[in-house]
Amino acid sequence: MQVIRSPKVYDVVVVGSGAGGGIAAKVLTEAGAEVCMLEAGPVWDQARDGKMLGWPYESPRRGAPTERPFGEFDAAWGGWELPGEPYTAGKGSTFDWFRARMLGGRTNHWGRISLRWGPDDFRRKSLDGLGDDWPFTYDDIKPYYDKLDEFVGIFGSNHAAETGLHNEPDGKFQPPPLPRAYELYFKQAADRLKIACVPSRLSILTRPLNGRAACHYCAQCGRGCTTHSNFQSPTVLLPPAMKTGKLTIVTGAMAREVLSNAEGKATGISYVDTTTGEERTVQGRIVVLAASACESARLLLNSKSARFPNGLANGSGVVGKYLTDSTGASLSGFIPKLVGMPNHNEDGTGGMHLYMPWWLNNVKDKLPFPRGYHIEPGGGRRMPGFGFMGGIDRHPGGSGGGYGKGLKDEYRRLWGATIGFAGRGEMVANDDTYMDIDPNVVDKWGIPVPRFHWKFGDAERGQAKHMMETFKALIEEMGGTVLGKIPGPDEDYGLAAGGRIIHEAGVVRMGNDPNTSALNAHCQAHEVKNLFVADAGPFVSQADKNLTWTIMALAWRTCDYIAEQRKALAI
Amino acid sequence: MDNFNRRKMLKVLGAAPAMAGIAWTEAEAQQAHQHAQQARRSAAGAKAGPYKPKYFTAHEMATVTALANLIIPKDERSGDASEAGVPEFIDFMMVDQPDRQLLMRGGIKWLDSECRRQFAQPFVKGTAAQQAAICDALAYPAKAKPEHSHGVRFFAAVRDLTATGFFTSKIGIADLEYKGNTFVPTWTGAPKEALDHLGVSYEPLKRWYTDSV
Repeated sequence: MQVIRSPKVYDVVVVGSGAGGGIAAKVLTEAGAEVCMLEAGPVWDQARDGKMLGWPYESPRRGAPTERPFGEFDAAWGGWELPGEPYTAGKGSTFDWFRARMLGGRTNHWGRISLRWGPDDFRRKSLDGLGDDWPFTYDDIKPYYDKLDEFVGIFGSNHAAETGLHNEPDGKFQPPPLPRAYELYFKQAADRLKIACVPSRLSILTRPLNGRAACHYCAQCGRGCTTHSNFQSPTVLLPPAMKTGKLTIVTGAMAREVLSNAEGKATGISYVDTTTGEERTVQGRIVVLAASACESARLLLNSKSARFPNGLANGSGVVGKYLTDSTGASLSGFIPKLVGMPNHNEDGTGGMHLYMPWWLNNVKDKLPFPRGYHIEPGGGRRMPGFGFMGGIDRHPGGSGGGYGKGLKDEYRRLWGATIGFAGRGEMVANDDTYMDIDPNVVDKWGIPVPRFHWKFGDAERGQAKHMMETFKALIEEMGGTVLGKIPGPDEDYGLAAGGRIIHEAGVVRMGNDPNTSALNAHCQAHEVKNLFVADAGPFVSQADKNLTWTIMALAWRTCDYIAEQRKALAI
Repeated sequence: MDNFNRRKMLKVLGAAPAMAGIAWTEAEAQQAHQHAQQARRSAAGAKAGPYKPKYFTAHEMATVTALANLIIPKDERSGDASEAGVPEFIDFMMVDQPDRQLLMRGGIKWLDSECRRQFAQPFVKGTAAQQAAICDALAYPAKAKPEHSHGVRFFAAVRDLTATGFFTSKIGIADLEYKGNTFVPTWTGAPKEALDHLGVSYEPLKRWYTDSV
């Protein structure tokens, strides 16, 4: 193999083009830096590759998830299994690792649920003694959440004063879309059960912003949006970076190793050109890893040298530890009241217009688990897709199966009369859940692969049990019947396996103590001053809230710091 | 390697719609929608000649077709499963997801064997009454006899595939009167008659939606 060395030295090399990498490119180029961004996958073009406003019958597959886990029309070139890119699991462990190999990464297909974390989420140890506090407070990151709200665009409403939920802070919201009819119906049930139910917070425009059109309510955000009305890195963050003339994007570049010199500084990235298989290097004065938490940790662990025998920035040995994902469980119910509701367009934005933030207090409400979860509801007469009303013979509103005219009418009658609830909760990091490098396995590029070790505790199972009880109560409060069997203790109450919720975090942890963290309070490696991490790797804890908004706020804060340090010639 | 220059990348990333920066007007939304529809139609391409099964034998295809049409027959509102292209869809899925092949091929064999035992003919050669009798025995899992369990499982799989094939087809979506998958210039929530049906109203939530419409 030939190693080709490029003579150019960039100010910053960014690995990854998703939420964190996109923010890094925008903030750093606008601060005057010459940035080179590496992305392992190719370019996804919304107009060419997206299937917005397509019909299922335009494909013989009718949207089946044969090649993409979320269906044929999902804007993700990726999945939990990638050909030639394996990972392994330690004894007794199950963990599924989702990767999207495409410009913008997972921001192309994600749910756009953009929940700003609250003051409690950054100081959990102080509150319940578990895990650790972050090395900064909500007030430190609040201005970055505000900037994000205003630049990227998000709809929602400020309700903290009304609901008393101080850990669901106000933001800079565009007007939320009116709820769908069935959403008002479950809100009534939630009100009676004293479960908070408020406008959701999604990064989808309901008003034009920065040259992007307002949403046209086709509910297909996950397919990619040709009017750029929702958030994904390539349509929102990369264009302003490109306009500076200072961003170079290299696609098909699978990072192998962070290069460093005798003085212990990072000097660039060694990567594999996935088209030719050649090994190349790109040099930078500063390196920012935003490859996704586990991919960034893998890179550091694979960057071994005489000076850094445990991998780069890993003198503490914490790189790979403290791996977490959100807890997740879901349940659906048949709601007879929805049968016969006058037909109308229920599409709306991609995703829920109302949701339930965590509404309880673990201590006051004497809950047998720490932390909490939020609830994401769904329902309505959505575009028919693969699996349409499957298992009708088990439907509580049906006749037990059948065929013919009667069955045809049954499909018509029961279509859209289902409401589902999905819980997303906070897992607390534990010593048995971590990743390291498998000593025996490499991927098709020759890069050693991660090995995952996973263990849920009673806290996570307790959350899932509580979710099931809550979902059942909501369904029954609406006069409905649970679909299928409610999973019990033998199935961990339906708790999704590690990695299935796709919220991995924590494996390149930040903190003030170099013995217990890899990065300082600015996401700067304690041991390598010109190395930063800008994905969910630095997270000290999860929250019940999705990661993306905090990945971006934190990346923005980190890059502001990098810009200041560059100006001061400190790095 | 795909090393983009600025102009090309701007074209890909910054290809904002012509009317970006302003809200969609009714006419613009209509125009954009028509444009999208037209693109879909030309992409879908024209069909030519009779369908040649990719997986099923002629006999299997005939059996699947007969079953699918019994499951979703023609009625006053729409056509049957064949008219919606369901047999072709099921055949395609056998190739697309080979894990489904054994249940389908073996299931057809089981069905024919049961039919020969009962009326000395394979399923497709049975009379309407004979076919109905078999379907009645297989279509209701909770009531079916234990000795029919393999056929029950097969029938349920054909029913599920038929439902997907029919209701994701053009005529199936029209049958359901699905109103979405279209440009909506202004989202105004649900119509009053739908709200009334559920006994709900926007009134109690007005404070959150003062600027929403």
